[in-house]
Amino acid sequence: MSRTLTFSIFRHNPGDPGSRPGLDVFTLEEAPGMTLFIALNLLRDEQDPSLAFDFVCRAGVCGSCGMIINGRPGLACRTLTEALPPRITLLPLPTFELIADLSVNTGKWMRALSERLQTWVHLDEETDPDRLEEPMEPERAEAIYELDRCIECGCCVAACGTARMREDFVGAVGLNKIARFRADPRDKRSEAQYFELIGDDEGVFGCMSLLGCQDVCPKSLSLQTQIAFLRRKMVQIGAGFA
Amino acid sequence: MKDVPIAATSCGPARLDLLQSATGLFLALFMWLHMFFVSSILLSKDAFWTVARFFEGYFIFGRPIPLLVSAFVGFIFFIIVAHAALAMRKFPATWRQYRTFWSHMRAMHHADTTLWMVQLVTGFAMFFLASVHLYLMATHPELIGPYASADRVWSGRMWPLYLLLLFAVELHGGVGLYRLAVKWGWWSSNDPLRSRLRMKRAKWGLTLFFLALGLMSLAAYIKIGIAHAPSAGELYLPDWLQAQP
Ligand code: HEM
Ligand code: SF4
Ligand code: SF4
Ligand code: FES
Repeated sequence: MSRTLTFSIFRHNPGDPGSRPGLDVFTLEEAPGMTLFIALNLLRDEQDPSLAFDFVCRAGVCGSCGMIINGRPGLACRTLTEALPPRITLLPLPTFELIADLSVNTGKWMRALSERLQTWVHLDEETDPDRLEEPMEPERAEAIYELDRCIECGCCVAACGTARMREDFVGAVGLNKIARFRADPRDKRSEAQYFELIGDDEGVFGCMSLLGCQDVCPKSLSLQTQIAFLRRKMVQIGAGFA
Repeated sequence: MKDVPIAATSCGPARLDLLQSATGLFLALFMWLHMFFVSSILLSKDAFWTVARFFEGYFIFGRPIPLLVSAFVGFIFFIIVAHAALAMRKFPATWRQYRTFWSHMRAMHHADTTLWMVQLVTGFAMFFLASVHLYLMATHPELIGPYASADRVWSGRMWPLYLLLLFAVELHGGVGLYRLAVKWGWWSSNDPLRSRLRMKRAKWGLTLFFLALGLMSLAAYIKIGIAHAPSAGELYLPDWLQAQP
């Protein structure tokens, strides 16, 4: 049985002085296997060519299609319309700079985060490109890979009450990244150095354990476990038990 | 890579976070004990009388020393003030933050986010509710007993405050313990979602259990208070003490 879907979509172009923020309503016949990615493209092709939204991979890999879907952040390309009621409200992810309509600049935010938390492997010595790389146990590599699956979609930030209230909070994405580099034996940073990065109220001690991040992360990363683990480690450093 | 020493000032947030959890845990566990003491009225008046005298050192020193109770109340008050002061760090500081959280919570329909608001509201309410109760206990430590307490509840019109305080404590403490568990990763397993669900169930179970016990105890005090209203102010003495000349 085919349904008629009613979309209320946030429209605003901050670059256009005449643009006022508001919701536009569209209707569309649902098709089998339809995702929000397909629906939005149909709306743009058939009803409003000016509708702005981001997509690259359509497969939950690039992280560019995050948006608020009926109140909760999620990836449009991974959301089937059949999983939603016939009235669908789409809003851009909050916290991030609005480009237009549903398109936000997560890249800029993630870049700033990366610089702030120095999310790259800190080596002791120059790498010698001619030398063979140190081997790593498969379990270790597996564990790092697991944490590295984050696609920087920003859903965890938009789902986090703490991040919404306090703009400086690094969010689950930031904490997960620190967990990823801590797990990497090639990264020679000490616990104290990690503490300098996240051992404060903008870091792990700002997290109020609301677990919005855990419940929306489209890659199902173990954010709750990682944050609790970091909290224990960082308290040991900060409260002087280590 | 060289170790950078941690500046003394940067340890603040870690210590404060730990202290907040420690005071919260202490208070939550203390409130369980407290409820068991108070609910001894459901067993008998003598049972509660015995518990009350016990805390006055009656069975150690041979006479009641109410000042002991005052001192202990002072200690609990100190812990609550510390816990509340630490919790203030997490309160929304501006109207805008408050509005943002509220609309976020309404949109998300996410239980743990909503429970945080419950914790905030009940915590805020306890600033006032707990203060009144603790002040009375500290200033009238000798007036804790089957009749004195029941008179305070009924003739002293304290029951509405105790009713509100009961709900505030049990909701807040239940959510608080659950949050402690997820925050520090207690009882986590290879399947965090499942352990979380179990902890959530346990949390509601505890809250309902202590709410039921609390409501029954409060009802018992009200019942005694109504019956005793004509002679309000008179203290209870167990039969075995009355028998003595
Ligand atoms: C009287 C009994 C009380 C009990 C049993 C209790 C228990 C707890 C527990 C176990 C936590 C979790 C701690 C953590 O997340 O680190 C907590 C957090 C909290 N408490 Fe209390 N508390 C009490 C009184 C109060 C009072 C009087 C306030 C008043 C301001 C308050 C405000 C809060 C707030 C806002 C939080 C959340 C903090 C956060 O998310 O990090 N509590 N409480
Ligand atoms: S942690 Fe999950 S929700 Fe957050 S940015 Fe990475 S993939 Fe997205
Ligand atoms: S647990 Fe809650 S407060 Fe912490 S990062 Fe996740 S959503 Fe934010
Ligand atoms: S389009 Fe790449 S994640 Fe949705």
